[in-house]
Parts: sequence; C-alpha cells; structure tokens
Amino acid sequence: MASGSTFAHRHILGLEQLSREDISHILATADSFKEISTRSIKKVPTLRGHTIINLFFEPSTRTRLSFEVAAKRMSADTFNISPSTSSTTKGETLADTARNISAMHPDIIIIRHACSGAPLLLSRCVKAAVINAGDGAHEHPSQGLLDLMTVKERRTTLSGLKIALIGDIAHSRVARSDIIGFTRMGSAVHVYGPSTLIPKGIDQLGATLCTSLEEAVRDADVVMTLRIQHERQNDPLLPSLREYARQFGISGRILSLAKPDALVMHPGPVNRGVELPPEVADGPQSVILDQVTNGVAVRMALLYLVMGTS
Amino acid sequence: MSASWYIKNGRIIDPANDIDRIADLLVIDGRIVGTDQPAPADVPEIDAHGLWVVPGLIDMHVHLREPGEEYKEDIVSGARAAAAGGFTGVACMPNTRPVNDCAAVTAMIVARAAEAAVRVYPVGAISLGCEGKRLAEFGEMRHAGIVAVSDDGRPVRDSQLMRRALEYASDFGLPVISHSEEAALSTGVMHEGPVSTRLGLKGIPAAAEAIMVYREIALAELTGARVHIAHVSTAMAIELIRAAKGRGVRVSAETAPHYFTLTDEAVLGYDTNTKMNPPLRSASDREAIRQALADGTLDAIATDHAPHSILEKEVEFDWAANGIIGLETALPLTLALVRDRVIAERRLVELLATAPASILGLASGTLSPGAAADITVIDPQRQFVYAADQVVSKSRNSPFLDQSLQGRAVLTMVDGTIRHSLLV
Repeated sequence: MASGSTFAHRHILGLEQLSREDISHILATADSFKEISTRSIKKVPTLRGHTIINLFFEPSTRTRLSFEVAAKRMSADTFNISPSTSSTTKGETLADTARNISAMHPDIIIIRHACSGAPLLLSRCVKAAVINAGDGAHEHPSQGLLDLMTVKERRTTLSGLKIALIGDIAHSRVARSDIIGFTRMGSAVHVYGPSTLIPKGIDQLGATLCTSLEEAVRDADVVMTLRIQHERQNDPLLPSLREYARQFGISGRILSLAKPDALVMHPGPVNRGVELPPEVADGPQSVILDQVTNGVAVRMALLYLVMGTS
Repeated sequence: MSASWYIKNGRIIDPANDIDRIADLLVIDGRIVGTDQPAPADVPEIDAHGLWVVPGLIDMHVHLREPGEEYKEDIVSGARAAAAGGFTGVACMPNTRPVNDCAAVTAMIVARAAEAAVRVYPVGAISLGCEGKRLAEFGEMRHAGIVAVSDDGRPVRDSQLMRRALEYASDFGLPVISHSEEAALSTGVMHEGPVSTRLGLKGIPAAAEAIMVYREIALAELTGARVHIAHVSTAMAIELIRAAKGRGVRVSAETAPHYFTLTDEAVLGYDTNTKMNPPLRSASDREAIRQALADGTLDAIATDHAPHSILEKEVEFDWAANGIIGLETALPLTLALVRDRVIAERRLVELLATAPASILGLASGTLSPGAAADITVIDPQRQFVYAADQVVSKSRNSPFLDQSLQGRAVLTMVDGTIRHSLLV
C-alpha cells in the first residue's frame, strides 16, 4: 500500500491544484487499493471510526454510490444527505448547512453541486476535508482521475498519447478535469464537437481544438465521448439528438480512424445511439465498465490520502 | 457650524473655469467668493498646503436601496459613505422597492435626503416598475426632483419603448441613462472568455453590451434626443460611442472604477465581490477603457455603488447578487490612473465632477464665484488600508477590502458645511 506521507492536499477541489507527482501518487495508491474489491471479504479497517458525509445537492446515482462503496470498503461510517436548494428557495444557505455539518465533526465531506465553485465555498466553512464530486461545469476530479487510471492500465503510460475528447465541452466538468489531467501527465487532448458546445478559450486550458471529427479521432489512443443534453434553459444548442448522432456520433467508421487498439470511453450515463451506437459502446474497444470499477479504487485512494493529511 | 472658510495654499483645480494653480479660496456663508481674495478677519482657515481643492465630486450612478432594502444601505448611510469618499452629490437609481416610478416615491426620497450628508439627486424609472412596458410620468417626477430617467438593472428590451422614452424625456430636459445589455445574451454570471471557461461559469459576451449600445446610438440619432450609456465595460462599446460622437450624436457615457482597475482574472477564486453587471472584462477591454477616459470618449466616472449584505453575497457564485460598493474607493482608484499617467489631474476632476454635473444639468461641479460651496479637498499621497471595520457604507461587498490604497478625500464640504474631514 502506498504511503500517504507525501500527499499535501487537505481538499480535493480539482485536478487544477494537483501536480503531476500528486496525480501519479493518487493513481499508484488507487492501484494498490483495487485488489480489495476483488476479495471475498471486501473490507479493510483503514478508515474505521471516520465519518464521511455525502452532501449531494444534485441528483447522482453512480458517483454517489461509488463514493459510498469506496468509503464502506475502508470501514468508514457514511451518511448521505441530499438537501434541496436553489437560488429561489429561501432555505438554509450552503454556508449555513456547512457550518451545521461541521459542528458534528465529520472527517470528510463529499460534495456534488450544480454551481461551479461551491466545493471551494464549502471548504472555507468547515474543518473537514472536502472532496469535490462534481461542481457545475467546473471540475469532477475523481472522474478525471479514474479516466487517467483506466488509460494507464491499458497503455502503461500516460505520456505521449493522443486523447480525442468529443461532444459537449461547454457544459462538462469531466471535460475540464480530463483536459487538465491528461495534459498534465504529458498527453495531448484534441477536442471536437458542435461549435455551440465548444467554450471560448478552451485551448488555454491546454487542449487542441479540431475542425473535424476525423481530425480529432485520427490515430487517437483514446476516444472519450461526453454526454449530450440537447436542451438547456431554452438555449438552442442543437437541433436534435438525431442530427447529433449522425454528425458527431462515434460510428464504427469514425472509430476505425483511431489506432486499432484505441480505447472507447464515456463518463456515463451513455445516451445509447447518440454519442455512441450500441455496437461501439459495447464493443471490444470499450472500457466504460473498467472506468466504473476504477472509480471505486480512485475514490478509496482519495479518502485515504486526504485523511493522511489531517 | 460655520459656513465661511479661507482655504489656503491648496492646488485649486477647476476645469470649468480653466484653473489649475496654487491659490487661496474664500467661502462666505456657504457660497464661493473666489480665489485671490484677502483673508477676512474671523473666517477660519483651512490649511490645504500639498492638497488639491476641487469642485465637490458627483457620483452620477449609485444605489441607495431606500426605500425597501434598508438593511443594505439607506439614503443617510449611503450619503455618509459618499461624503467619506469625497462626493458632495450622488444620483440614486430608481430600482428600489417600490421603484421610483412616480412623484410620490421621488418626493419621499427628496424628503429623506434633507437629512443626508450630501446632495441626493433621484433618477426616475423609464417604465412603471422598471418592467419595460409603460412609460413612467417623467413630467411629474421632474417636478418632484428627478434629474434623469433610467431602468438601470433591467435593460429596456422594447426598442419602441426606448425610442418613446428618449423623445418624451427630451421634452423635460432629462437625459435617459441606458443600462445597455441585450437580455438574451446576458444570462451568464461573468465575462465570456478563457477565464469563464476555466471556472466553468456561464459567460456574458462583450457583444451583449455592444448590441444594445448601438441600438441606443441609433435611437438617439433617430430622435435627436440625448442618451447616456451607463457603466461601459467593453472595447466594442467604446468604438461605437467614439464613432457616434464623431458624427455628432448626442451620446455621453460613463464607466466605473472596477472596469479600469480589474479584469475577469479577478474572478478566479469565485469571490462573489467580483460579480457585477456588466461583468469584469478582459485586459484589452480594460486598456480600451483607460484610453477612452483619456481621450474623452468616456465622459464620466461613476461608481455603480451597489450595496449587498452577506445574505446576497456569501452564497454560490451563480446565485450571488450582482454589484459592489464603490463610493469610498472611487477616488483612490482614479488617482491611480493619474499616477499611471493615463490621465492628468485636471481630467480626473472633469471625470468625477465637471462632466457628471453637466450631463445631469446640475449647478455644481464648479468653483465659480457665487456657486454653492460644494468642495472636495484631496490628499493625493495619503495611504490607507480599506479595512472592513473602516467601511462607512452599511455593506462591505468590495473586492478592494483590506487593500492598501493611495489618495483620498480629506475634506468634503457641502454648502460650506463640513461633511467629512480627516484634517486635524
């Protein structure tokens, strides 16, 4: 098991704050934890007596479950709360909620929130370690890390690869964490999608903006697709999902432009037949379920490492 | 309290009278007598050696929150903050609760202003409730005391309503102040660009401002009426205003200190005290604004003083209220432009006093003999830390909190009565 002694981060708010060494350390730790999930008794006492609160302001099935499975396999006590808040409900503010939770002395708070920057606000109001489980269109660091882990397992290295990131970059926190993570580890991220879903200045995050799907996918080591929501608050982003599938979906023909053993990835949930046709999503190159498995290991590592800094 | 003073040895800067020299200024019974007068016996002296003596500063764009949101600010507390910042007059925007859209609300503000430390000039609404549907009664409000009309905070969407407002306001000599933003493009929370992409925050493109600024220019051209563009934030809007002025359109414009001081990079860290509308823009926009202040494309500096409590600001960035307080930091931030050699001293006085008074048709903004003795004395060297416990406004929502600033008003006088003094 890797040592937590060289890990200096109290909170995991984004990959932006993590160095290449930090990321390698997290991935090595996750790798060592992965085996626990294959045992018949899937539990180690590492975080026994620690209290972990899942504070999910936005609906989430898989990320919340993954964090909860990770925590329970480390023997932590977990509690899930899903406060309903919005800008209009005159309820408790995030700061108030945070101070109340903090008064119960939790060790780690995992937060999912629709507003970018909410985990940072939380971290300023509590004594516990804060892990961002996705904030607005900002970051989703544990997803970025599990994507790195999945690619590293199959490619053995994270440097010198071509990652094609396809779809809704504008509204995707996964896109930002992936761009930061893969570029920091020495790979090139090529992004492509309809112009309505490409935000200004994405190249300044380190990505290369492509002008066609073929250009993005050609000779790629990884084809990462992002989930599409074709309507957002009356913003006419796309005419239809049908058209998206035909113009921007990863067909077998498009995938054949990538390296023969290129990995097909998706943070889920997949709109089957939209971002990926079923034969690609379930095909031999798909590692979508590996991503889910690795998610538990990465989250175990994060819980372990932030506790090591307390 | 005495309203007669002999202000000695100050650098008197009065652009309206083309004065910039060391001289003495005599005030008798709240009125300016003039420079180079002998010191009368029994008139107290103020030693202004090393200081600037200028016409009282006018902030043509503030939100005083009264009536309706007195927990953020009220007319008396806002006026106190104004005096502390060197302002002898402020024009307060109508988006209160209720909106200042009728003579009764205007009269209430005028009555409350009688107790205020500085002159308060109400701005009436363009439309009832600032809802953009029906014109408010400009004539009645004019008689009750408004100096301009604006739907600030809720840009007028309907171009026909805006056209009629310009035409009708001209009958009463009222400028129309436009908050220029195209609504459908302005649903974000910060400037759209690489920083908003990095932060994952929804952007407001510069085009949102430029589109509406051009509409106002086109309508001013169509009607021959006068339009004033509030809080200009983009290089694109400046280009449009410059071109319009060049062909004689009756357009004037202001910007706020944060737009020539900060950029969207200040939002990194999600500090809600960097959230305002229009948003902090790019470095090239900031540079264009500084240039436009120097070359006259922008006529005035106004603060858009917008007090909010922690209830509106200690929340998620997306949900935080727009706006920052500005009355106590405008002068030092503008003095930084003088130190950076962007503008000269005289231009500072034009931007903060002469021009706003002229745009609003006020008698102040000058040290002419016979004028009311509204005077600000500035120490351009004086350093201070803008600490939270020193803030005079009721609210503390400023991105400049705890910063060390240079230059401030050391004396503010209205009608010859001292309203703020740091002179011993």
